Amino acid sequence: MAGVTLGQQSGLLGSAERLATQVFVRAGVLPWFLIFSIIIFTFATETFLTGQNFMLVARQATYLVMVAMGQMVVLLTAGLDLSVGVMFAIASVVSSMVMVDVFNASGKEAVWGSIIAGCAAGMASGLLVGAINGIGVAFFRVPPFIMTLAMSTIVFGIALTITGGTPIYGMPDEFASVFGYGSAIGVPVPIWITIGFVVLVYVLLSWTRTGRYFYALGGNLKASMLSGISTRYYLFMAYVVCAAITTVAALMLTARLESGESNIGRDYPLNSIAACAIGGVSLFGGTGRLLNVVLGSIFIILVQNGMNLMRIGSYQQMIVIGILLVLAVIADNYRQKMLLTLKD
Amino acid sequence: MVQGSGGSPESDGSGAPLLLRVERVSKQFPGTLALDRVNFEVRAGEVHVLFGENGAGKSTLIQILAGVHRPSGGQIIFKGQPIHITSVHHARALGISAVFQEFSLVPQLSIEDNLFLGSEVRKGLMLDKVGLRRQAREVLDRLGFDLKPRAPVMYLSRAQQQMVEIAKAFRTKPSLMIFDEPTASLTERETARLFALIEQIKAEGIGIIYITHRMNEIKRIGDRITVLRDGKYIATIGVAEATDQRLVELMTGRVVEQVFPTVSFMPKENLLEIEGLTTADGSVRDVSINVRAGEIVGIAGLVGSGKSQIGRSCFGLERIAGGRITFNGEVVYEARKTNKLGQRRMLDRGLYYVPSDRRQEGLVMMQNVRENVALSSLWLRTFSNVLFLRRANERIVVKDLVRRLDLDPPNIERDLEHFSGGNQQKVLVGKSLVRDVKLFIFDEPTVGVDVGARVHIYNFIKELCEAGAGVLLISSDLPEILHLPYRAYVMYRGELRAELSQKDISEQAVLSHFFEKQSA
Repeated sequence: MAGVTLGQQSGLLGSAERLATQVFVRAGVLPWFLIFSIIIFTFATETFLTGQNFMLVARQATYLVMVAMGQMVVLLTAGLDLSVGVMFAIASVVSSMVMVDVFNASGKEAVWGSIIAGCAAGMASGLLVGAINGIGVAFFRVPPFIMTLAMSTIVFGIALTITGGTPIYGMPDEFASVFGYGSAIGVPVPIWITIGFVVLVYVLLSWTRTGRYFYALGGNLKASMLSGISTRYYLFMAYVVCAAITTVAALMLTARLESGESNIGRDYPLNSIAACAIGGVSLFGGTGRLLNVVLGSIFIILVQNGMNLMRIGSYQQMIVIGILLVLAVIADNYRQKMLLTLKD
Repeated sequence: MVQGSGGSPESDGSGAPLLLRVERVSKQFPGTLALDRVNFEVRAGEVHVLFGENGAGKSTLIQILAGVHRPSGGQIIFKGQPIHITSVHHARALGISAVFQEFSLVPQLSIEDNLFLGSEVRKGLMLDKVGLRRQAREVLDRLGFDLKPRAPVMYLSRAQQQMVEIAKAFRTKPSLMIFDEPTASLTERETARLFALIEQIKAEGIGIIYITHRMNEIKRIGDRITVLRDGKYIATIGVAEATDQRLVELMTGRVVEQVFPTVSFMPKENLLEIEGLTTADGSVRDVSINVRAGEIVGIAGLVGSGKSQIGRSCFGLERIAGGRITFNGEVVYEARKTNKLGQRRMLDRGLYYVPSDRRQEGLVMMQNVRENVALSSLWLRTFSNVLFLRRANERIVVKDLVRRLDLDPPNIERDLEHFSGGNQQKVLVGKSLVRDVKLFIFDEPTVGVDVGARVHIYNFIKELCEAGAGVLLISSDLPEILHLPYRAYVMYRGELRAELSQKDISEQAVLSHFFEKQSA
């Protein structure tokens, strides 16, 4: 880890240490995690450091990046969304059922019509989950943990009920070939969509009142209220925004899998929270940077990918990810302390 | 029940042995030097008052003695031995107990559990509940407190909680006790009771450090007074030589006239008119006041007198049961007829409420100056258009404001939590200056603020008023009420007691309305 002592050292070593400390204090532990993991995997495997593998990591990371961005918005307001997983389930199931029905009803003519109808229906179902979360948290003051936990069992139950637990097939091939496997200028479509959303969320958080209010709300709800902000409306909006981003990811994953399934999102609640935590988002609200959340998500996928290449089993991978999560948070606590002592 | 003070042979205690000696103790916090080589001593059986403004370092000093903080320099000699206090527990074991302003009680636990929290009575591995109850009873009886040991603390009044806190400090049989503004939430009768108790423990040879802002308390129970200012030791004087004038000068480092500016009032049209206001919780009953443009109107009163709720009602923060509020000619609230209150709506009408608790209600501590200043004005054209924030504009406006406020350091990207209390307060006040405001309601504008920042804030209030704004100044700080307003109201237990014009505002006049005149 980077040295803590500052000044006094002379020569190259001292200045290198100072630089390392500076990077750690400004950007957090994540850049170091990324560098270390890339070095380790590069030496341990032959295929890790190839363009092809990086593209694979990028494509696999898209879904988590999306969900983590949604999760971040909610975390900023000192909330939590455990129902992002079942948003995948309901959006996947609803979109594929509508798509298949419209497609079949049109005698397999209305390819794009059915895709649009399916996606709209899936989007609506995901947004509905978010809206109910938002109403519960903002208007009825149900603790976010309980509200979204309850929603996740309710919605999962609904998804299983309407499908009977079996996957749904028969969507038009174009859905998968464009949104799942398609590419433009050599870059897969899901990556383009994700890049688009990263830009959108960046603009939302940094350049609009809504974004500023999300931070303020999580930082101090009472002060926000006294500053004339409609706190309930913006709390509600945080859950809707989270649902919107998550649902887009769910639709992309449905296209990739070419089927509508109820249990495709199970890992996302925990992984998205882990990505945010590694990216330095406070679980108590008010602080967090988008770029770090994106990097945090990529880091998790990168480590999983590297360990796959090293033929480390998925059970052991769970152990490693858990340890890294705790280490990241401990390192961030240290960073906060150093930040205080380094401040002018 | 409680012994009279006649029992103590010498209250001056000049011949009594030295109990505690603090030598050149410093405390460095990130960004601020809270204590700068402070000297201080306490004799056995002496009440030594620590006096100074908020932020002078009193709290830091007693927190060091109680083991909450470690000193950065200097040494502490206790009963002739140099000591290094490592924790609150350690301090207790040495014989130093503190009664803090913020209660250190767990509301859900009973009185007896709270008394022994951290040093539970045990029998083997199990809790000895019977023994615990007996010991708790003993402590309470000895102090003459009429409390049920098994009652949960959360159902007690603040005064009773204060008593539990004192009992907790007293339980370990300390030789030095620290009281941090113990009367702040007590009634006159409870205060008298506490003072009798202090006389009693003083007679037993226990040294007492007593922090207070109230001059009359110093005279009632103090032996010596040590004044701190801006973290530095200023002087130690006997209570006999301590006149109000002298204490204020030592505390502020200047004569009263230099702290408070002279405001030239030009009262014009009525801005705020409150008629027969009654809040739903009864904290305010049938109160009628008015504020005109170009004047400063004070509301004085003790904690819990309802003075703060008047301001909060106008901003839509209290549930109102009856009355009428007119702002700038528009009826914004009338019982059962209209309710057009609400924070955003009142802000847009030109009323700005500056809350008393900047940490809880005023500022987002983890955000920077720029974001905090803009927060209550973000929807104005200066800061955003229909879709996006105008961040370049925001930077210009806030930079300009920071210059006017004389913020130290003048860095608008620095997070609020890294500023001193005084500078945080400047930002809190500054939030109201980036928008168009006709009437300012300041609720305790100088709580926890050093003299420098205080002078700044007073000058700001003066400028605002002279520029034609109306100011409603709600304050527990007596000098503030005495020197700033054009008119002042005095609140007592939810009711309006008096209205005083500038020439009638005197310490006696205000204080006489603070307390119940008939015996309670």
